[in-house]
Amino acid sequence: MPINKRKVQEINAGSMADIAFLLLIFFLVATTMNVDTGLSRILPAMPDENQKQKDMDIKERNLMPVFVNTFDQIMVGREPIDITQLTEKVKEFILNPTDDPNLPEKEDTQIDMPDGSKWVYPVSKGIVSLKNDRGTSYKAYIMVQNELTRAFNEVRDQVARAKFGVEFADLPEDQRAVVQKAVPLKISEAEPRNVGGK
Amino acid sequence: MKKKGDKSLPPISTASLPDVIFMILFFFMVSTTMRDQEVKVKAKLPDATEVQKLEKKSLVSYIYIGPPVESQQKQWGTAPRIQLNDSFRSTQDILEFVASERDKLNESDRAAMTICLKADENTRMGIVTDVKQELRRANALKISYAASKSLGYK
Repeated sequence: MPINKRKVQEINAGSMADIAFLLLIFFLVATTMNVDTGLSRILPAMPDENQKQKDMDIKERNLMPVFVNTFDQIMVGREPIDITQLTEKVKEFILNPTDDPNLPEKEDTQIDMPDGSKWVYPVSKGIVSLKNDRGTSYKAYIMVQNELTRAFNEVRDQVARAKFGVEFADLPEDQRAVVQKAVPLKISEAEPRNVGGK
Repeated sequence: MKKKGDKSLPPISTASLPDVIFMILFFFMVSTTMRDQEVKVKAKLPDATEVQKLEKKSLVSYIYIGPPVESQQKQWGTAPRIQLNDSFRSTQDILEFVASERDKLNESDRAAMTICLKADENTRMGIVTDVKQELRRANALKISYAASKSLGYK
């Protein structure tokens, strides 16, 4: 029987690069690289419909009403202010450094530290209440939300530096939770009036 | 005089070219995510300085709000609309949308589901508020207002 003595021909790998290029181009087109960034918020749960809605009692000194109107103008309390002043205003509201009787009260709270000890910190009872009109532009709304977040972040940084000696962002997870408890992000969004009322 | 190169230079071997390309390919496969839907609205995100990265893309569902892109304007007009998945919807459909998105996730992940609101910066808050109310009704409380990172305001 004749044996085929010819060697099996090697497969030409010259087009391998082309195939790889095709795949590469496919992935370049079909995928995205951008990372989504945004301001995270937790919405309040919808109140039970059967339950009668009860107004929460909050002392006036503990509440900071922020209102953004149709023309994107900002009002805090009863005075109109500029967006650049908002952060300082909120920081002063959260910290109340001089124990002003018109600014929020503080309540000494025990916070569990990750190493097992307790830390007593006067947690502010202040709540920032954000209200907007249906005609407010989304841009202005995000700008205000951003300023509020910035104020809280700066206060957290301050607390973190005083307590742990580093910025809030550089803290490990467990210590960060402690600072978050000491400076809770309290932004309440008022129940919109004209939704569901029709 | 020197002997003129009667031996011409051997051609550069391209045998490793496929390996190089495959490496680039793997880099892209790992570092990118699939484009999952076509965006039919123009959503120029507002700027913010305090933004956080959205972790775990698989847990994030998107709601787009904004005026339709030019090719869609003939059919849908220029007023801001809500896009869920691949089509324009109204606020009443959000309940269903959230339910179906939640069904896609593992039971253990359902509590961590995040809704990312991608709204155009020129939309009015009225439509955004409506969406937020629907999300509260659907019990999807973790939301994120998409914004692009900027270094500060002018």
